[in-house]
Formats: sequence, structure tokens, C-alpha cells
Amino acid sequence: MDWSALLLSLKLGALTVAFLLPLGIGIGRLLATRDFPGKDLVEALIALPLILPPTVLGYYLLVAFGRAAPLGVLWQSLFGHPLAFSFEGLLFASLLFNLPFAIQPIQRGFEAIAPDVREAAACCGLRPLAVLARVDLPLAWPSVLTAMVLSFAHTLGEFGVVLMVGGNIPGETRTIAIAIYDRVQAFDNAAAGIMSALLLAIALLTIALSFALGRRLLPPRRP
Amino acid sequence: MSGLHVRLRQAGPIPLAVAFSAAPGELVALFGPSGSGKSTILRAIAGLYRPRSGRIAVDGTVWFDAGRGRFLPPWQRRVGLVFQSYALFPHLSARGNVMAALGHLPRAARRARAQELLEQVHLAALAERRPAMLSGGEQQRVALARALAREPHVLLLDEPFSAVDRMTRESLYRELAQIRRRLAVPAILVTHDLEEACLLADRLCLLDRGRILQEGPPAEVVARPVSAAAARAVGHRNIFSGRLVRDPGGGAGIAWCTRRLVVDAPPAIPDGAAVDWSIPPHAVEFTSAEAGDATGTVIERLRLGETEIIRLALDPDHATLTVHLPSSEAQEALAPGARVACRFPAAAIHVMLQGDAAGADAGGDGGNGGADETGAWQARSP
Repeated sequence: MDWSALLLSLKLGALTVAFLLPLGIGIGRLLATRDFPGKDLVEALIALPLILPPTVLGYYLLVAFGRAAPLGVLWQSLFGHPLAFSFEGLLFASLLFNLPFAIQPIQRGFEAIAPDVREAAACCGLRPLAVLARVDLPLAWPSVLTAMVLSFAHTLGEFGVVLMVGGNIPGETRTIAIAIYDRVQAFDNAAAGIMSALLLAIALLTIALSFALGRRLLPPRRP
Repeated sequence: MSGLHVRLRQAGPIPLAVAFSAAPGELVALFGPSGSGKSTILRAIAGLYRPRSGRIAVDGTVWFDAGRGRFLPPWQRRVGLVFQSYALFPHLSARGNVMAALGHLPRAARRARAQELLEQVHLAALAERRPAMLSGGEQQRVALARALAREPHVLLLDEPFSAVDRMTRESLYRELAQIRRRLAVPAILVTHDLEEACLLADRLCLLDRGRILQEGPPAEVVARPVSAAAARAVGHRNIFSGRLVRDPGGGAGIAWCTRRLVVDAPPAIPDGAAVDWSIPPHAVEFTSAEAGDATGTVIERLRLGETEIIRLALDPDHATLTVHLPSSEAQEALAPGARVACRFPAAAIHVMLQGDAAGADAGGDGGNGGADETGAWQARSP
């Protein structure tokens, strides 16, 4: 059992969820309540990581992190070390490949709230942020929780992108999914078995939780 | 400038060209078919819709002025809006719903005030219940209490009674009437129910495709529409076109097809003017051929309760005339295919000057475009 890899994965998952929570709520609500030109394109881009091969996403991230790309140059000048093969780079990749898992459930949750309920809130004198806090979130919290649980579990399990942009540096980029691969390569089946069982348990728990939360969602008030 | 003053104009996407006011304590009904723009006007007043041009002011405060780029968002307008679908917050109790609109009060005072408002709508006992545990009428009462909670400067009612049954509606009418007596703010009621508009409103605005066809006291508008379109909107049947002919002796008639009718025309209508005229179905009398104003053939006979509805194709142009007779007076002879003659009593004929707007869609089609198929004319006309 590679405890440092497990800890690193948990840290990566927690930070991913912390960053994606406000982002998911903001973008999810925007997509659920507004129509704007190019909305379809934005939704398609958010869904892209669902079907894009992880190695492809990883490859483009590596290119973006490199010394020839603006992001890589900016990061290097700000923090003095490259973004590729660092924990920060891993976190950045994690945020990106978790976008659909964070945004889509929240968007669906907000879409289930009848628009006139929000309008009634505005007519009651509630400002937009107060409407979000007192109407949208109390009604859509199961969706928000589902999004967070999915993102967290998915972060623990992601392999391809992590290997591409993070490599396998103990304590820096070696997550538990990488550690399992590493142990199998070293013919250490006992350790690989324990870690795999742990990830399996987390995945089962996640699915059960998100199904239970899905049932708690209020049905749409009007067809 | 006390009261509500609304002036809106845009070519699309929803055409609007209206200007009206409502005094404090006055209830103005916006009545019209769906698509007439009545809900859009209400949403514009609430700040939920931003029209291309116009101005909305309440008690001297400008809420919207397109010319100056001023548009207050809904949360800065003191409006109470009651939605057709109630739009209650499903996760809050009845009291919680009302308290959500009490943000202008100190936190400690909100609960008591919410309870007071629920008492006003006779719901104090159900204050803890969530909307899903309340009947439609009860939900609408919560919505009304919530709309009043903000001490609105304008009360807006968007077809608030259309989703409840008749009994509940009548008790809601009573409650609204009682609340209005205490509340000295302008109220706008959007409705497609003419009877409801007449019952509740001090003034009626007839809307059609974003224009006001006519406005005035409901009884006046219903009894004396100014145009064929207005007449159709308030349920007049039997609308025909003709030309007014004034006698030197002071009498007046209408030249209509090949016939001539004696009428009491308003003095404002000049000799020779193109007019539309209507006669309520219950005022038409059957008579002998030589005493009749028109002859025709019965094309349909239908019994609805105690009323016999008879439709005639008039000679020579087959214009449709609808006649209502008490079932006790309807003779067997009035069967489809029968030749009949009828008389139009002068006092029952309503004459309207054809205007530019009204003239375009006026026609002797028997007024089948009427909004109210049960014949609201009968109930309301003197």
C-alpha cells in the first residue's frame, strides 16, 4: 500500500472539488438560465473530456504547459518552475477533465427549477446572489452534491491524463491510480490488489450516493 | 404624479403599442386573447421583460425609461406579482414563502408580519405547510400574501384565478375585493375571462395584438364597443357592415346589403358614414315575411340548457345570423331548411363608426370571432 500516493490522490480530489464547486455552480446556472449565441458550442466543449481519449487531452495539456506556449511561459515566470510534471499541473489537468462531471449535474438541477420561481424571488426583492443562495441552491443541492462526489471519485481514478502530464514522481504526481500500475509493473500484486479494492469501494459508494441523491431531486414543476 | 403610468412601444418580437394609467386604489383589467401582449405588459411593469421603447413610472419614480437608458431590475421595484402558476418556493413553508418577501423589515419582525399577512388571507392555521401540501386555492392565497408582503407600490395579477375551480375562484374574488379596499395602490389584472374582468375591475383595457382597442368602465366597454374588433373581443355576435343614412326628420337608418334598418345611432356619426353594427342574439325577433327586416334559411338548431340557438343564412349574401330563443318559445317550425323572417328592434342595434383599424377586419361574418362562446353579451347588455 502506497500511502503517499493515496494521500496525494485525496489532496488532488479535495482541491479539484474546492475549485470546481464555485465554477460548476456559476457555469451550470448560467447555462441553465440564459440563452446566448454559441451556447451549444460551450456545452459541447464542456462535454468534450467525456469522449476525448485521456492521452489526447494529456498531450495537448503538455503542449500548453511547455516553454513554447503562453501558459507554460507565464507559469515559469511567475513560480520559477515548469507546470508540466508538477502537482499544480496535475491539478490544472484534473480541473479540466472534471468539467463535465461538475457542470452537467448542476446544470440539470438548476434547469429543473421552474423559471417563474426565480422570477417570483426577484419580485420579492431578492438580488441575484440571494436568489441563488435562497432558492436555487436549496432546491438543487442534491445535484450539486452529486457533481462534487462524481468529480472527486473521477479524480481518484484518472490515469491517462495524469500519466501524460504528471508522470510518476513519488509525492508530487504519483496518484493512487498510477501507483497501482507501478506495483503491477513491479509484480507486487498484493499492494496492487489492496489499492484496487479501495478504489473499487470508493467507486461503488459514489455510484450509490449519486443514485440516491438523484431520487431526492424535486421533479420539474411543469412539463 | 401618483399612480402607475405605462407607455410601451415596440415593433417586435412581441408587438406593443399601449399607453395607460392606473390611479392608486384602482384595478385595471388587461383583457384580450392569448398573444395580445397582456402578460408581456405585466412583465414589463415588474421588470422581468425589457421592451425596446417606452416609459413606466410609479408615484413619480421612473422604473423604466428607454430614452434615458433607465431600467430598474425587478428587485428594485416595489411590485407584488401573483403568478398564474403561483410560483411558490417549494422548499419553504407558507410562512417562509411570505417571509422571503419581507427583506425590508428587521429580521425579528418578519415572522410576526408573515403570520399577520397569512391571517389576512385566512391561512394562519396552515402557515407551517409546504406548497405541495396545500390545495390550489390555498397556494394562490399564499402567493397573494407574498405579493402583499413587500408593501408593493403596484399589485400585478397574472391570470391568478385561471388554475382553480369555480367555487375557489369565487372565494378568491371576495378576498381580493376585501384586500383591495385596504390597499391604496394601483392594481393590474391580466385575464382572458371577461366575466372576471367585469366583476373585479374598475376599468377594462381591451387588448388585441399589442394595441388597446378600447378602455373604460367594464359595463360601458361591454355594452358599447367602439369598433367591430372591440365588439368581437367582448363577445358580441351578429356584427355586420353598412352605411348610416340620416333622415331630414331626425331619424336614422342603416343601408345594409339591399335592406334598410331603423336604428338609434349616436349623433356623432355623420350621414353616409361606413358603420359596423351588431345585434345581440336574444334581441332578434321572428316575424312574418312582410314585417321583417331580413329573411333567411335556418341552417342549424341547437339546444343548450334553456336556450335554443338558431343559426340563419340571411338572404341574399348568406351572412350568418345567430338567434337565441328561450326553449319554451322555440317553435317546431324553426327546423334546419325552414324559411324565416326576422325583425331587428331599433333599440337593440348597436352602431359603431368604422375606423381605420376597425374597418380592416370588419365583415358580416356573424361575429364568429367572438371571444366568449357562451355569449357574454347577453349577461352584460342592458
